[in-house]
Amino acid sequence: MKLLTLATATAVAGMVAATGAQAQTLQQVKDRGNLICGINTGLVGFAFTDAEGNWQGFDVAVCKAVAAAIFGDASKVEYKPLTGKTRFSALSSGEVDVLSRNSTWTFSRDTDLKLEFVGVNYYDGQGFIVPKALGVTSALELDGATICIQTGTTTELNLADYFRANNMSYEPVPIETESEAKQKFLANACDAYTTDASGLAASRSSYPTPTDYVILPEIISKEPLGPAVRQGDDDWGDVVRWVLNSLIVAEEYGVTKDNVEEMASAAGDKPEVNRLLGTEGEYGAMINLPADWAVKVISSVGNYGELFDEYLGPNTPVGLERGLNALYTDGGILYAPPFR
Amino acid sequence: MSGTHAETVAYVADTQYDPEPAPSSSTGPIAWMRESLFSSWTNAGLTILCIALIAWIVPAILEWAVFQSVWNAKSLSECREIIATRFGEGAHGACWAVINERFGQLLYGFYPADLRWRPDTAALLLVVALVPILFRTMRPLVYAMAGLIAVKVVFAIAWTLMGDDGMDFLLSPTTFVALVVGGLAFVFGSEAVKSKWLYFTLAYPLIAYFLLWGGLIFEPVRSSLFGGFLLTMIIGVTGIAGSLPIGILLALGRQSRLPVLKMVCVTFIEFIRGVPLITLLFVASTLLNYFLPPGTNFDLILRVLIMVTLFASAYMAEVVRGGLAALPRGQYEAADTLGLTYWQGMRLIILPQALKISIPGIVNTFIGLFKDTTLVAVIGLLDPLGLTNPIRSDANWNGIVWELYGFIALLFFICCWSMSRYSMLLEKRLRASDRR
Repeated sequence: MKLLTLATATAVAGMVAATGAQAQTLQQVKDRGNLICGINTGLVGFAFTDAEGNWQGFDVAVCKAVAAAIFGDASKVEYKPLTGKTRFSALSSGEVDVLSRNSTWTFSRDTDLKLEFVGVNYYDGQGFIVPKALGVTSALELDGATICIQTGTTTELNLADYFRANNMSYEPVPIETESEAKQKFLANACDAYTTDASGLAASRSSYPTPTDYVILPEIISKEPLGPAVRQGDDDWGDVVRWVLNSLIVAEEYGVTKDNVEEMASAAGDKPEVNRLLGTEGEYGAMINLPADWAVKVISSVGNYGELFDEYLGPNTPVGLERGLNALYTDGGILYAPPFR
Repeated sequence: MSGTHAETVAYVADTQYDPEPAPSSSTGPIAWMRESLFSSWTNAGLTILCIALIAWIVPAILEWAVFQSVWNAKSLSECREIIATRFGEGAHGACWAVINERFGQLLYGFYPADLRWRPDTAALLLVVALVPILFRTMRPLVYAMAGLIAVKVVFAIAWTLMGDDGMDFLLSPTTFVALVVGGLAFVFGSEAVKSKWLYFTLAYPLIAYFLLWGGLIFEPVRSSLFGGFLLTMIIGVTGIAGSLPIGILLALGRQSRLPVLKMVCVTFIEFIRGVPLITLLFVASTLLNYFLPPGTNFDLILRVLIMVTLFASAYMAEVVRGGLAALPRGQYEAADTLGLTYWQGMRLIILPQALKISIPGIVNTFIGLFKDTTLVAVIGLLDPLGLTNPIRSDANWNGIVWELYGFIALLFFICCWSMSRYSMLLEKRLRASDRR
């Protein structure tokens, strides 16, 4: 009996220690000296390795930004490539501090899986790609088409919903992977291929003649992708959330990689920029970061617009337009709360 | 005597004629062809069909892989442009430039570039550790090291001529280690002193650990930086080296007369064999995290190593058990009759025979295990196969498939094929005792 009590006490103590430990992620990261960031094992534009073997990409940049905010050094990140199956358990078990892996923010993930999505860094949605020769300009003209679709994904369900809602019929060609889809689609085994619009653009950039294919304007689902942290450590969630917001606000106020040092050297005439860059107020201290945290973030990765142009924009092989991901002032829905 | 029949017989041959050469229809290439290729109408038909098939496929492959290939380019589209301008529109060619650019990544993963001589040295010392186990003298090591240095010299000269810095490649630590080791093996390589080399083999795991992960005098390297073929080798070699002894013990335990020991071994073997490796890997990567207190740093590679070794041991146990069961009962009784203890009997009489019978099965398990290491890609460890993903996600190389997978297939083929050839050599050598 005594032994049992002892065992229970130890277990409870362990669990208390566990929750206690979870509540101090920021301190843990600081003590450890690097940020452990869960990323995709490979997704065009979002996470990939460059010729020198360094991780790059739009999602990877969020990891770098958080590391820059905490340590002033964007290279203090330990990347943990996670597959679709291991990503959420890796986060909830504490194996990674933050998950920046093109994960869609959904109701059940937020509540049932006990994740905390701190914002959206890319608004994606499911679209269609067709050969130009098909002469189709809208998804509503796809009645009776054969469509390549990845099985067992939400895209499959979205497709069925969309065609039923519009009273159209289609013939699915089930495929397993992106490369298989590409091969089938290029061999004309299906009229159209559907997946997330960013994925379509990435896939198209690898075709031998990308200009012969067109992505239809209809987007049939909402896929807000964003970084996530564990539920229950709000302080840590705040850090990641405001690092993400700082990227967006920096673009809104024209703070770029090149001019950030200059703007941060003295308080300027825009109060919000001053608060962002730490030349006015004690905003860094409120989230336990140095006063110039945002300066480090922007000087090491750039603002949101610069990141988009570098990894996804029209000048990259991926060639995505800003679309929904433009600032609210430019017709998009990107809107960060004020720094005040 | 020779004159006896001189009058009665017209002719007696008193010298031996030189043998006539065999008719040309039964020797030489023509006869060989007739016998092995065209011995019947069906076989002739099959031969012609096969030749036609080869003549159809091989030139196309050669054209793609060699004649119309590109070795230097920055991206897939640049490759395609080069191929189009050089060989005309619509020509197909391999873009080996991706292997050229990502060679280091595929071999070492994210291991820091300036420390890559350490895995190199570890691989070289692995050969040193293996030779005394695999061969009767240290002679093969001398050849291997001489070959390695020769290859390095050739490459260094070629690169220097092309304007690159080839001397750095030649003057790397591995060259010196190869020289020292080759020299030692040349002087102290005879069968008599070979057993001394086994001490090195015993110490090798420790040496390799310090070389790869750092510590002592070396700069430490985090496990998360390990990847590529280095990871495959670490998992494969550890699994192979660990599974044989554990497997033998399990097989003996399963035959034991002690009920508890027997039950433990049987349960272990049957449980592991009843669960797919991928499940065990998921347990190692995911489930264990929930049981361990948060913040525990139980290295993922170490967890995988343990799981893979246990998995292979269970299979190995069954292979060895097959060998043990194949021995006639008389062998066991003979050991008892001689008054040998259990372990003496096993070591001197039973196991040498049982293992010899099991060689094909053992090597089969080794090869299977080596290839199973690619499964770690599922839990996010980037072995060569896992690395194809981030490489293909680079917008420069998006859409490249055959070249990457072909290169990785070649790496695996070399390893598995040499294992299979060695096992054939070993079988042949050990069969000598049967012919006695």
